[in-house]
Amino acid sequence: MSNNTSPRVGLFATCLVDLMRPVVGFAAVKLLEDAGCIVDVPVAQTCCGQPAYNAGDTSDTIDIARQVITSFENYDYIVVPSGSCGGMLKHHYIELFEGDSEWAPRAQAFADKTHELLSFLDDIMKVSLTGLKLDATVAYHDSCSGLRELEIKKQPRALLNAVDGLNLVEGTEAETCCGFGGLFCVKYPDISEKMVDAKVDDIVATGADTLVAGDLGCLMNIAGRLQRRNIDIKVRHTAEILANMTHGPAIGDPMDDA
Amino acid sequence: MQSTSPNFTQNAKDALQDDPLQAALAKLTDGFPIQRLEAAARLPEFEDLRDEARDIKTHVLENLDLYLEAYEKKVVESGGHVHWCQTAEDARETILKICQNANAKTVTKSKSMISEEIAVNDFLEENGIEPVETDLGEYIIQLRDEPPSHIIAPAIHLSKEQVADTFRDAHTDLEKDRPLDEPRALLEEARAKLRTKFLSADVGLTGANMLIAETGTNVLVTNEGNADLTNNLPRVHIVIASIEKIVPTLEDATTILRVLARSATGQDISVYTTFCTGPRQLNDLDGPEEYHVVLLDNGRTDMIGSEFHEMLRCIRCGACLNHCPVYKSVGGHAYGWVYSGPMGAVLIPNLIGMEEAQHLPHASTLCGKCESVCPMRIPLPKMLRRWRERQFKAELGSTRARWALKSWVWLVKRPRIYRLAMNMSVAILGQIGFRGRFKSLPFAKGWTSKRDLAAPTGDTFLSQYHNGARGDQSGELIRRGGRK
Repeated sequence: MSNNTSPRVGLFATCLVDLMRPVVGFAAVKLLEDAGCIVDVPVAQTCCGQPAYNAGDTSDTIDIARQVITSFENYDYIVVPSGSCGGMLKHHYIELFEGDSEWAPRAQAFADKTHELLSFLDDIMKVSLTGLKLDATVAYHDSCSGLRELEIKKQPRALLNAVDGLNLVEGTEAETCCGFGGLFCVKYPDISEKMVDAKVDDIVATGADTLVAGDLGCLMNIAGRLQRRNIDIKVRHTAEILANMTHGPAIGDPMDDA
Repeated sequence: MQSTSPNFTQNAKDALQDDPLQAALAKLTDGFPIQRLEAAARLPEFEDLRDEARDIKTHVLENLDLYLEAYEKKVVESGGHVHWCQTAEDARETILKICQNANAKTVTKSKSMISEEIAVNDFLEENGIEPVETDLGEYIIQLRDEPPSHIIAPAIHLSKEQVADTFRDAHTDLEKDRPLDEPRALLEEARAKLRTKFLSADVGLTGANMLIAETGTNVLVTNEGNADLTNNLPRVHIVIASIEKIVPTLEDATTILRVLARSATGQDISVYTTFCTGPRQLNDLDGPEEYHVVLLDNGRTDMIGSEFHEMLRCIRCGACLNHCPVYKSVGGHAYGWVYSGPMGAVLIPNLIGMEEAQHLPHASTLCGKCESVCPMRIPLPKMLRRWRERQFKAELGSTRARWALKSWVWLVKRPRIYRLAMNMSVAILGQIGFRGRFKSLPFAKGWTSKRDLAAPTGDTFLSQYHNGARGDQSGELIRRGGRK
């Protein structure tokens, strides 16, 4: 597939995918390679720094941002399977280096070639998927950062609509926050519970048997609440479906339950 | 008022258990946001108007001193008085003095958040003057001795049954068998009581949605007409407003009016929009004999040029409250002071101190919905982060959380050690989480108290990938990707 004109993509896997759900990383690599990219997964990557940034620890966030930019700035594109980390790399790094004559231009150049996975496949690589089949009624949750910081709305839906047998249904609250919010959900568990319950109720009302989204934080939150409430709706990252990697267990399911 | 912001966590817990409150908040979800969306859809230039409105206030804030002086000049020319007050205390004293000079016994009030901010009601009462709120919602919470729970719908936390009980408690002359089941009956009861107050009041105290520099006019927006009776009937009209309420011209005021009601309640315009300029003039049929404007700073000038500068564009429409999933979960009282929701979480620390209000900037998922609906395009999530930053620098908050963060940062900055640590953690969690998820984990109680926690599904992605794994691609359905 690859040749001289193939873009070189550095995959920023995100700390959650790296630790909790490697299949999303594999799905991203496969989708990118199928789209004609040469994919590299730099070993120096850890986390985008968002937990520190949202906790107000700006000076450490700046150190982390420098580290990420340095490890990735030589690729043609940086692709990340998360709207939240994508928003961090694309928008908040620029804010961090405002007025810094060396790093502001580097952060800007880095941001310009950074994309969330699904919007990259649809907007930049103009991928059209064929031969995919999955019999499922799927609800899509718009993660807040993906939707409002990166304007990801149509792209994942367009890609999912190419899957034969997949019936995409819309919750009326698809754009409402699920209550994850990073440390918010452990700092204010009661409020978070109320929010994720509203999300779960909305998903149940769609009649979906599967929930997908582009952010593992939201997905783990929603899956965990569905399971606590004994509701049998499978939860997966959108990329798993698009890469035909749905043979393993859904989020939070045991290994033999695939 | 004494804030309960430090008890935010407990306040929120209580609010979540409060059934009438939860029922009221559920209605909010189906009300204002949908009406706002419909109103915006009816006006193709709505998004452009938001830009225009933002630019007007941005310009005002850059030239605030000039516009304030121009405004004062016009007020004086029209026969009014302007009182500059730096603090809430100054404003209370000034208002009291005007009331005392007028030998006032009763002061009618139309809804004003600034009057809540300076807690003028308690102060007037302590000095033997009866303040009477005339906005229905404000009247109800005054009877209940509660702060407002929403900046435009102060009694939104109450059911109509609770309002009926409040009236039965407060209106001792009310016949026991008189039905108060319907909103209309409640309204009639309040109206009858308020009518006599309107007629007997010596002073009318209103807020101002805007102050117009071009003409020295204050703009009042209501749906009940109570502001008109408040500013017209008594002998003295006092306007209490904070300095950032200034707009340059009548034209600018009407631009902002076009986004205000649409953002707030989804109305194209509120039922009553009133422009007051000075006291009664020679040929006027009615109007007050005296017109006073109490211009309040109370921390605003400190915000100018700070990272919270843009907050001063706020026109108090309440859209950020109506759309905030946290506000809709716990309501306004949980925030513990007169403002609430995202605008409150940014503003309150400016007004009562960062330490007192330290929970508020954290009680948000930073979902960005507030900024997306704010007519003045105020970057509320960004400012919540700025408060978190200030707190972190001042070392506020739990030491344990700080150390946990610092240790994690230490690892994140050292990729090799991070890798080793993560491989180990994942191996251990994978072993004990063989059922796919955890029902409870001692170090993750905040999470597992409410939801299951998915267990890691194997080695880390990076270690698998660099050992040559490429994921399960054994599906019988072959997917081919290509360019369109």
